[in-house]
Amino acid sequence: MKEAPGTRDYDWWLLAILAAICALGVLEIYSATHASNLAGMHIKQIKWLLFGFGIMFGLSRVDYHLILDQALILYVVCLAALAAVLVLGSTRFGARRWIHMFGQDFQVSELAKLIIIIVLARFFAEVRSDELDLRDLLKAGMLVGVPLTLILKQPDLGTALVLVPMLAVGSFLAGLKWLHAGIFTLAGVLLVGAVLYPPVSKHILKPYQRERITSFLHPEEDAKGSGYQLLQSKIAVGSGGFWGKGFGNGSQNQLGYIPVRYSDFIMSAWAEEQGFKGVLLALGLYMALLLRLVQNAQRAKDRAGMFLVMGVAAALGFHVLVNVAMVIGAMPVTGIPLPLMSYGGSATLFVFMAIGLVMNVRLRRFVN
Amino acid sequence: MSYWFRNDNRLPQTRLAVVSYFIVGMIGLLLLGFWKLQVIDSDKYVQMAEQNRVRSIPIIAPRGRMLDRDGRVLVDNRPSFSVLLLRDDLKLVEQYLPVISDGLGISIDDLHDQLQNTRNLPKFQPIVIKPEASSADLDFIESHRADIPVLEMLSVSRRRYLPNGFLAHATGYVGEASEQQIEASNGKLRPGDVVGKSGLERQYNDILMGTDGMRRVIVNSVGKEVDHLTQQDPIPGKQIQLTVDLDLQQVAEQSLGQRPGAVVALDPRTGEVLTMVSRPTPDPNDFAVRISAKEWKQLNEDPLHPLLNRAIQAQLAPGSVFKIVTATAMLEDHNPPEGFTTYCPGYGTFYGRQFKCWVYFSKKGATSHGATNLHEAILKSCDVFFYTVGMRLGIDRLSYFGDKLGIGHKTGIDLPSEESGLMPSEQWVERAFHRKWYAGETISVSTGQGAVTTTPLQLARLIGGIASGGVFKQPHMIKDAQTVAEERFPISDHTVEKVTDAMYGVINETGGTGTQLKLTGIELSGKSGTAQVIGYDTRNRLGKQKKFEDNAWFVGYAPKRNPEIVVAVLVQESGQHGGEAAGPVVRDIIKAYYDKKNRRTPGTVTAEERGANPASGTAVVAPVAAIKPEEHPAAQSHSAQGNPDPQ
Repeated sequence: MKEAPGTRDYDWWLLAILAAICALGVLEIYSATHASNLAGMHIKQIKWLLFGFGIMFGLSRVDYHLILDQALILYVVCLAALAAVLVLGSTRFGARRWIHMFGQDFQVSELAKLIIIIVLARFFAEVRSDELDLRDLLKAGMLVGVPLTLILKQPDLGTALVLVPMLAVGSFLAGLKWLHAGIFTLAGVLLVGAVLYPPVSKHILKPYQRERITSFLHPEEDAKGSGYQLLQSKIAVGSGGFWGKGFGNGSQNQLGYIPVRYSDFIMSAWAEEQGFKGVLLALGLYMALLLRLVQNAQRAKDRAGMFLVMGVAAALGFHVLVNVAMVIGAMPVTGIPLPLMSYGGSATLFVFMAIGLVMNVRLRRFVN
Repeated sequence: MSYWFRNDNRLPQTRLAVVSYFIVGMIGLLLLGFWKLQVIDSDKYVQMAEQNRVRSIPIIAPRGRMLDRDGRVLVDNRPSFSVLLLRDDLKLVEQYLPVISDGLGISIDDLHDQLQNTRNLPKFQPIVIKPEASSADLDFIESHRADIPVLEMLSVSRRRYLPNGFLAHATGYVGEASEQQIEASNGKLRPGDVVGKSGLERQYNDILMGTDGMRRVIVNSVGKEVDHLTQQDPIPGKQIQLTVDLDLQQVAEQSLGQRPGAVVALDPRTGEVLTMVSRPTPDPNDFAVRISAKEWKQLNEDPLHPLLNRAIQAQLAPGSVFKIVTATAMLEDHNPPEGFTTYCPGYGTFYGRQFKCWVYFSKKGATSHGATNLHEAILKSCDVFFYTVGMRLGIDRLSYFGDKLGIGHKTGIDLPSEESGLMPSEQWVERAFHRKWYAGETISVSTGQGAVTTTPLQLARLIGGIASGGVFKQPHMIKDAQTVAEERFPISDHTVEKVTDAMYGVINETGGTGTQLKLTGIELSGKSGTAQVIGYDTRNRLGKQKKFEDNAWFVGYAPKRNPEIVVAVLVQESGQHGGEAAGPVVRDIIKAYYDKKNRRTPGTVTAEERGANPASGTAVVAPVAAIKPEEHPAAQSHSAQGNPDPQ
């Protein structure tokens, strides 16, 4: 096609925001683990981040239209991989989520999220009308429903739920009718109600999932389960106060009261040590990141690019919302990490690949 | 470009803008959540974080020691370790149970039971799975510190009593405070505090018990201590010095041996208790660790009642020892007059019923006392004489004197749960049984049978008090007692002279019931008593059974007036006369008293004895440890006498 995009076209603001968030994450991982037997974890995280940056740049060089071309194959590969993990995957904490490759355990569902973003972007880009009719909506629902079911089987409720906002945001931007929006919102509310209502939930949820819901609703009844985790997280956040206890000084963090303080609950550790001012900074950065993504979508060259970017925004936004709400006890424990701050290989790679797609779209906004 | 691609750049800008607002709103809501936790409710969470982080660990204050009158250690403490199980995470605990069971030698079932029994306690509160850790246990825990994270050691201080139940009933024992005690203490006691449960441990608990200190430490999420903040040192309990004389106590314990009964020795001049023994006895060291519900039940249901302190709680007929009360009443009331004589054919008939004199059943020698005056009657313990005197006096006068001499009243000794005995009277039968007094009962009471009961301590006080001219000092066991109550019952000098002469004669004149107890150079005096548990006729009817055997009493003192020491001995179900079974114990103690007194300069303690005493206590433990029943000749000879065949 046309000449390759130059470095000037990269979204340097977006990169700066990303780098800042990663820095906060590395700092807090260091603080949370340096005095424990997990010491050195921040170095591992830095390696993952550098690797992620590489992948991001690599992915940004390939025209996203070429990637969208392969949507069908990717979709099939995705379903096959999800099915494979159910059969071959290694079991950890009672769930089959990991597959062993290149000496690392990868969480296949992270890759699935990325592929579903691509598949949905391709699907919605093909919708010709300005309004999304019911048939297309159901098709989109089917596209998401199959992998979602497979992921639920692992079981991994958290990751499965991430697919829902992708579909929702995609449909909304593809011209979802307000009536349909209303109906689906109502259905969603009913579903949440059913999940929270024990007589119904016992038919649709696994025992450990119901336990988490129960301990979310009644944390005091569950002294050492996930209710305890939520309570300890709230204590950490609350005791941080406005100014925080200082770097490396959070007792909840340093003494291990915060569960998985370097990963899912890293925001809790950050909030304890840095206080509300630190939270303001972190959430400010996340807001800037998300708004920057939306801006990139607004300036995309075509609808396909916009859907791609907004798929990424939906996934990241959902991660931030669910994780941070969990940290302050406003949502049950779901096992969704905080993008770029939580320690973790697969999750970090997913975010960078997703941002790679966004860069890709941005690099090609003037190209034609 | 692919077939599907449509160069369509009409983007839904409005809806994208809506998404932007949604993002801003979402972040705003999350920030509100943080604001609520970190700014509005922050204080509450700061406090909760502090409660997480800081744990207050009590430092147990050691209990005060108990010393004997010469400053030798009777009761002290020894350091010990308990094994704690941290059960914050039950799944983790479950995983280590087999290893723990192996390493500490506790069965898995036992561990499960303990976990089950404590499941209602807060999870952060560790439980004691082995109260007394051996050094092997400590090594095991120390070497597995890293790989068994659920075990901890707790340093504790335990009570150490002298072995074999030495002085056990007087010292009492300690245990965890009961719920009632905690409630009654107005917040001074907390669950798990060790308090005195009986005896002196209970009586002087407030002095003996110190104030626990407190260590505030920082613990991590699995309860491991990582740092410490402040320390408030414990205030140890104060030691108390007892009036007990270790040497005499040792003689008393040995001399009584394992026979059920009691010994109590007093200094009638001061009321100081010199020895106190009760048999059978548990070993309070067993309670100092932990006593199982089963063992406790066994102790409580034991027909021999080992927990009973017979010296102050056995309420039994005093038998012929009571004749001293009858004699005192007779001399004081001049009824019958002093020169009164009866003829004892071995029995007497009163109110149409025949009352036998003990001599009637005598296996050797005469079966009658013949003509008897007061002096002879006390010497020979002639029942017929006192039956007659009792009849002449009547129950009112007997009851009056018995009451004034302390029968039916607690002596007020500084020990919990003292019993009062009983001095029957007309009013008493009316109150208790709603009937009239039978005249025949007076006959029994006049020789210490029937409804009259006393404790060994009461008899020691009574005899000692009469020999001291009617001055009764309140018995006590604490050396520096602030005020010692004193009761005076005016008895004429003449009466005291007559009665003490007779009691001197019991041992030192031909025909006395205790002549075998004679000690050269010591004015040993006293009175024997052989109390029927049931009537002789009934006993013959029911056949011979140990529990129907007579109780043997002997109350002895020296010198014969204003005595320095009075000893009351009870040997239960001995089947022997008081002089034979109980008398030798009295003699042994009084002899030991004089031996010791003659060895040292009166009123002072020799340097040698001082040197042998305080701090270590080992010097004391050694000789006592040698008292084992099987090595104890007296016990052997007594147990040989324990089941004699009188026929």
